[in-house]
Amino acid sequence: MSLSLQIFQFLLTGLTTGSTYALIAIGFSLIHNATGIVNFAQGEFVMLGGMFMITFYSFLNIPLLPAFFLTTFSVAAVGLLLEQGPIRRAKSKDILILVMITVGASIFIKGLSMILWGKNPMTLPPFSGEAPLVFWGAAVMPQSIWIFGITVSVVLALNYFFQGTLTGKAMRAVAASRRSAVLTGIPVVRLILLSFTLSGALGAVAGIILTPITTTSYDVGIMLGLKGFSAAILGGYGSMPGAVVGGLLLGVLESLAAGLISSEYKDALAFLILLTVLFFKPNGILGQGRLRRV
Amino acid sequence: MGTKNKIYLLIYAGIIFSMPALLQNNYHLMVLNVAALNIIVIIGLNLLMGYAGQISLGHAAFFGLGAYLSAICTTTYGFPLWPTMVMAMIITGMVAYAIGIPTLKLEGHYLVMATLGFNVIIYIVMIQLDSVTGGPSGFAGIPRLKIGTLAFDSDRKIYYLLWAVSIGTLLLSLNLTHSRVGRAMAALSHNEIAARCAGIDTQTYKVKIFFISAALGSLAGSLYAHYLTFISPGTFSIFYSIQVVTMVLVGGIGSLWGSVFGAVLLTILPEALHAVKEYNVLIYGLILMVVLIFFPQGLFPGIAEALRKKTTDGPLDSRGPLPLKKGI
Amino acid sequence: MMPETVLKGDQTILETREITLRFGGLEALNGLSFSISPHQIVSIIGPNGAGKTTLLNAITGVYSADSGEILFRGSPISRLKSFQIAALGINRTFQQAQLFVNMTVLENVMVGMHGRTKSGFLGGALHLPGERREEKKIREKAESLLDFFGLLPKAGYLAAHISVAEQKRLENSRAMSGDPELLLLDEPVAGLNIRETEAMGDLIIRLKEKGQTIILVEHNMHLVMGISDRLIVLHHGSKIGEGRPEDMQRDRRVVEAYLGT
Repeated sequence: MSLSLQIFQFLLTGLTTGSTYALIAIGFSLIHNATGIVNFAQGEFVMLGGMFMITFYSFLNIPLLPAFFLTTFSVAAVGLLLEQGPIRRAKSKDILILVMITVGASIFIKGLSMILWGKNPMTLPPFSGEAPLVFWGAAVMPQSIWIFGITVSVVLALNYFFQGTLTGKAMRAVAASRRSAVLTGIPVVRLILLSFTLSGALGAVAGIILTPITTTSYDVGIMLGLKGFSAAILGGYGSMPGAVVGGLLLGVLESLAAGLISSEYKDALAFLILLTVLFFKPNGILGQGRLRRV
Repeated sequence: MGTKNKIYLLIYAGIIFSMPALLQNNYHLMVLNVAALNIIVIIGLNLLMGYAGQISLGHAAFFGLGAYLSAICTTTYGFPLWPTMVMAMIITGMVAYAIGIPTLKLEGHYLVMATLGFNVIIYIVMIQLDSVTGGPSGFAGIPRLKIGTLAFDSDRKIYYLLWAVSIGTLLLSLNLTHSRVGRAMAALSHNEIAARCAGIDTQTYKVKIFFISAALGSLAGSLYAHYLTFISPGTFSIFYSIQVVTMVLVGGIGSLWGSVFGAVLLTILPEALHAVKEYNVLIYGLILMVVLIFFPQGLFPGIAEALRKKTTDGPLDSRGPLPLKKGI
Repeated sequence: MMPETVLKGDQTILETREITLRFGGLEALNGLSFSISPHQIVSIIGPNGAGKTTLLNAITGVYSADSGEILFRGSPISRLKSFQIAALGINRTFQQAQLFVNMTVLENVMVGMHGRTKSGFLGGALHLPGERREEKKIREKAESLLDFFGLLPKAGYLAAHISVAEQKRLENSRAMSGDPELLLLDEPVAGLNIRETEAMGDLIIRLKEKGQTIILVEHNMHLVMGISDRLIVLHHGSKIGEGRPEDMQRDRRVVEAYLGT
């Protein structure tokens, strides 16, 4: 295979995983914009998405579409529980404490998953079969098309939500200035709840569409979460277009590095990028995050 | 450090050094030896969390750097033991310095992420660079600790050495936190603007504390490597990072004695949880959440508070909750 | 702990030249220029929102001026960081007492001396003799300052556990402990009773006699008129008057600013 074709192949693979990173990154941004905290459990939401889907679809034989929605609701419920429980009940509202609570929650969820589903990796069958489609000499899995398609739909839906609906605009107001939002009567508390629930749903979707390609197990949460976070930072923390750009870019860079340089260190790349961006341009590419220079 | 602390320290040292006479079982001594090292790591982390007001979720990486640097340099290249240990501390400190300079200017959770990312990178390198590190199956044959011709070749002998270093670290830290520097650090973690207007170079202090914190982790790692003579990457994963942060929080941010308490708890807990190994991860998550939700000042200070009146005229070492940056 | 070179009465200790500071579209300070001679008590007055606290923040490096220059003892300080400015000899209090609430009263005052002391990590960790001597001096000085402010009985209390008036006195004593050449006091008597206000006024005069220069931002006109050598009047970020207290009292523009037009 010629080099340019190889690169094209890597590009496509990268865009695929990048799409899921984008979804995870959006999840991070949602909660951060509403509350100022980084939700460490975001990666676990993705893992749960895969796990629940496997349970509903493969074990309980519920058809694909209902299982999809059931999974999304279930993980959204987990997000809701996280906010209503540990976050809301916490005695201290200090941001770092809340962030550490999400760390605790993520470990708890991971431990619970280990008990419920065991340690072995599991997978989902691709939505529409395994026969690769060929575009300009590069092989594309049908699942990739699903991933692109679903991601694009989700992003468009979210975009409409934020620009076109009252609730969405209210959330943007909260992100811009919580105090002003409270003063204008916006129900911030309910919106915070919404942000957690939505993040759960987004994580679930990411998990569902990604599992057929990468398999899942109880401990994929941390890696995915961190990569999603790296993507969010890369693109500009707090902005949705930034999350998308960051996610896609990270996916592509990771894929190119794995293919052209070395695949063992592939995972380290995401964090190397994270550290590099933090050092040189913490505002990210679309540079618009709420960074406070202390 | 105040009279009370000096008394506590003497009692503590007395108890510690008389333990070997009371314990016949080598296994117990080994557990205590590991506890001594955990205390060093946790004190280092507490200085960062309690006095610079920052959280590092990658301290396992500093612990691991110390361990592997010492192991590789002394075993593969025959470097002398103690100078290598010091060199490892300096190198690890410099790495922390490099990470800290850009990230400590930003909001707290950036350091959390940077250190976590750093931990993952180091972990992957430990596993992948197997020609140097021995890979996933670990690195063996590390020389034992010795001073001159005095070889520490039994758990009992090493006990005194490790605990001497551990208690020494506590002593120096107690001194530091009760000094001008300690006050400056406490001030900057409470109210950064007021601290700056009082003449405190907050940025430099934060970075220096991070350096020290990492160097202490490295020290513990080197001692660990020479003690066990075998190390493997599994010890230095993110889970250990999370455990040490949990223990700082349980012991109370800013409370050095709380750190001792937390470290001992950290060391004994896995032994206690051995029977329910499946639930290990779950229980850690639960402990972390419960402590943070209901005792954000820490379990240990919570108890100490109940025993203490409003006035404090003795040990100035429980700093109380971090300044509130309101989230939700 | 006073610096070697003492300024003479005809030199300038602090000078601002055309200081401008904007918050978004709002001009908080507008081409503000004045100079202050040493060993004086200068009060900065003006209606609310005139920019008085903003000025203090600009001098101490909490805010950066957008244009213009601030000179301390002839050297520019506008680009310096807050801690460097403090180390040069400028200390301040805040309108809302910014105490270190989980440190003791005594420790709060001891922190105030940070800029004038020097033991570091090594001295601290090893409790070296030099550090011990310095600690003793710091402690003694802090205790005598607390005694003066009537806070000595509360020395071991956490700063969060003393009364609001006591916190105010603590705030003032912390700023003074650094023996600054230039002391900026932001509403030092707000919330104090008459007796306490008079005591503060006497103290400020004594500090002046010891050689310090004090800039006072205050609304308490009785105090301001009683102890100030000079007044600077601000309105909407600009200087609308400057001179002796009795002259400013009669100045038409000043009166208008306070009463509104």
